[in-house]
Amino acid sequence: MDVQKENSMVKQKQMLAEHFMELSQVRETGKKVAYTFVPGNLTELIYAFDMLPVYPEINSLQSGMRQKSRDYIREAEEAGYSEDVCSYVKCDIGMMLQGNIGPTGQQLPPPDILLLSYTGCFVFMKWFENLKQFYPDAEIAMLHIPYQESGKIEAGAIEYVKQQLRNEVIPKFEKVSGKKFDADKLAEKMDLSASAEDLLVEVFDSARHKPSPIDAYFGGVYYIGPIFTAFRGSESCVEYYRELLNEVNYRVEKKLGPITPDGILENERFRLVVEGPPNWTHFRNFWQIFYEMGAVFVGSTYTRVGGIYDEGFRHSSQDPLRSMAEYCMGCYTNRNLPQRIDLLETFITRYHADGFLVNSIKSCNSFSAGQLVMMRELEERLEIPVGFIETDLVDPRYYSYSNIKNRLDSFFQMLDQRRPVKSAG
Amino acid sequence: MKVYLGIDLGSTTSKAVILDAGENIIGRGITNTRANYEVAAEIARMEAEFNSRFSLLKSRLMQEQNGSADWERIFEALESRFHFLQFKIRFEQLLEMMLHNSRQLDPSADPAGIKSLLNGIQPEILKRIRDRFFTGKVATSSEFFRDLFSSVYLHIIQDEDRSRFDQLLALYDRSITPVENKIIEFDFDALTREAIQLLAEEMELPEDLIHAHLDEVAKLSLEPDDYIGTGYGRQLLPFEKEHIKSEILCHAMGAHSCFPQTRTVLDIGGQDTKAIQVDSQGLVTSFQMNDRCAAGCGRYLGYIADEMNISVSELGPLAMKADHEANICSTCTVFAGAELREYLNLGEKKENILAGLHKAIVERAFALLARSGGVRNEFTFTGGVARNNAVVKYVGQLVTKNYGEIQINTHADSIFMGAMGAALFSARRNKQ
Repeated sequence: MDVQKENSMVKQKQMLAEHFMELSQVRETGKKVAYTFVPGNLTELIYAFDMLPVYPEINSLQSGMRQKSRDYIREAEEAGYSEDVCSYVKCDIGMMLQGNIGPTGQQLPPPDILLLSYTGCFVFMKWFENLKQFYPDAEIAMLHIPYQESGKIEAGAIEYVKQQLRNEVIPKFEKVSGKKFDADKLAEKMDLSASAEDLLVEVFDSARHKPSPIDAYFGGVYYIGPIFTAFRGSESCVEYYRELLNEVNYRVEKKLGPITPDGILENERFRLVVEGPPNWTHFRNFWQIFYEMGAVFVGSTYTRVGGIYDEGFRHSSQDPLRSMAEYCMGCYTNRNLPQRIDLLETFITRYHADGFLVNSIKSCNSFSAGQLVMMRELEERLEIPVGFIETDLVDPRYYSYSNIKNRLDSFFQMLDQRRPVKSAG
Repeated sequence: MKVYLGIDLGSTTSKAVILDAGENIIGRGITNTRANYEVAAEIARMEAEFNSRFSLLKSRLMQEQNGSADWERIFEALESRFHFLQFKIRFEQLLEMMLHNSRQLDPSADPAGIKSLLNGIQPEILKRIRDRFFTGKVATSSEFFRDLFSSVYLHIIQDEDRSRFDQLLALYDRSITPVENKIIEFDFDALTREAIQLLAEEMELPEDLIHAHLDEVAKLSLEPDDYIGTGYGRQLLPFEKEHIKSEILCHAMGAHSCFPQTRTVLDIGGQDTKAIQVDSQGLVTSFQMNDRCAAGCGRYLGYIADEMNISVSELGPLAMKADHEANICSTCTVFAGAELREYLNLGEKKENILAGLHKAIVERAFALLARSGGVRNEFTFTGGVARNNAVVKYVGQLVTKNYGEIQINTHADSIFMGAMGAALFSARRNKQ
């Protein structure tokens, strides 16, 4: 059966195709390229210098979805990376070893600058250290983002990040791009970012409706695409979210569930909140287990790793550097465990979830730690049924359909079993 | 009469439990899970049905003749003779199949000689197995047709004619599966009468009285009013979707029904270890299962037993005789086997090695238990492995060490907990 696609999805595909086309033509256009990470990305700044961003994690997840990650991971393991190393890293390294062919089949240009924005994931540093071996001529800019250890953004931290932007990142961008920093241009992009962010928040918040018109996890992956990657701060990004919100509002009005690869989810039976990224190598198969059970995700933390906008933060043209600092520090990956639990609690209560699920990532040492504690805390705080499964990002060897299905069958039956008791009580 | 059936299709054994309308267990059945799950489920069900008829017959006789006979002992002996007669029927089919297959042997293998050898050893095999049944030496919940036959057959052919050992073994290998996968419609009434006759040769029996009740009990309809299947192989049961339930929920329900104060259930089965937290109603609140690796489950014990050339049921008692535990650190079944051999080479007593292996299993299960939130209150240990006394000993030690003085429950029916939970779900949904 053909996968059903909405206009917004088609538009996103076009945007991505154009972006990768542009990347493949940098030799002709002379545009400079910055490799950077999704959490705490400075896309507006990159574009303010007329440079183009490349996101290694996105390339890895795309390789996973396109069934290329197995080969890439093998390649990286042959080069000495152990089985326990983050599979995004191995997939990216393997891709480079095999010629750096991007998801559209076009070769990706080498980086002119490696912009390391360090937001919570300690693997990022090692990853870029290794990339530096591949690209010895690339400039390196390191943006150190203080972790929210105390559960809030400390006063000195903003100034600390601003100083790095002012004294480290911007001068290096100027050097690489050969252009002077243009504050007005950046401010303009920041305003466009804020507009897209307003729309995204409305999309996510539509999950308060019953049935939920969106799937905030599997569908959410598509919803966050433009804003997490190469398009934040652009007109096309705002247009995308306007289109998406129209589609969502239409579904709200018609009381329709979200679109799945097999059509509209018709009988919403379970509303879930999830912690942890989805598996990419078996994305559709994984999703199918849920939608076939009538399960819809009304909230997910994965869709906040590239920025949290639900609590009011917006990129701002008033003090762009301050705004970028706050953005980077506010990403989900940069928050401590109690903050992550609080956010999940908000999702569970605001979107009336029936259950909470953790999809723990086998090869992620940064964020899989602590998930059991989070799960137990939520179970105790909210008396909500909880479930735990384990897959991987892009290593297909760690996706065991029968094990996952077995656990999820039990999880759904557990939700069913507890429902009448809860309402009777 | 109204009865409810629960079937637990595990990776190693398939279990069935029949409940009456008052949720009392009236019958249990168990068999080895073979490649054909449908057959395994049907055999377990039939065994539970026969067991139900025996328990109904016993309770009627006890009511009528209260205290005048030792009905418990009589029925234990009667059922073991019934099982022997069942064994004999399948045994005859196996022998027929082996004789048939012997015709296809290469002429150089002397098929005629093999045939006459098989015919020659037949009475001895049957006699040895009969003795085991009649003296109560068959562990009915872990020794099945295949195990019983092969253990005796292999000994005999080894002693009989070593030069033909490989051919005789190959003949058995070729014949056992089709015979094992055949559903035999045993005639309960006729077989029980035959069993009564056998028993009457050994002890005084009120035969007329038993026969009078047997006439009625054999005719009782025990067709389940409702049924639920669970376990590792549940999706392969020939059941409709509404008759299938997750084994996590069933094990929790079974354990909770036996011990209502239970809040944490540890189940170690053939290939799964499950740590389950339940609420006061027996409803599951969270669970953890082993992923990717089944070291520390029942199959691990089976492998170790094979490595040591002893039966699974001997493992626990041997480990209980240890004076200390050898330090086994492997979390992998195969490597644990290598460690075992290394210790044997070093001259360590096998009891101590086994004790170390048992402790290693339990430590592994406790890691999973910790992931599920630990032991919250009364703790119930279920699954086939809970029948191993050495495992139970280390579970007790570790619960106390890690969680303090907590009530620890094990049940004689621990292996039937999943099937019992399934049967309970089916009984209860019909009350609603």
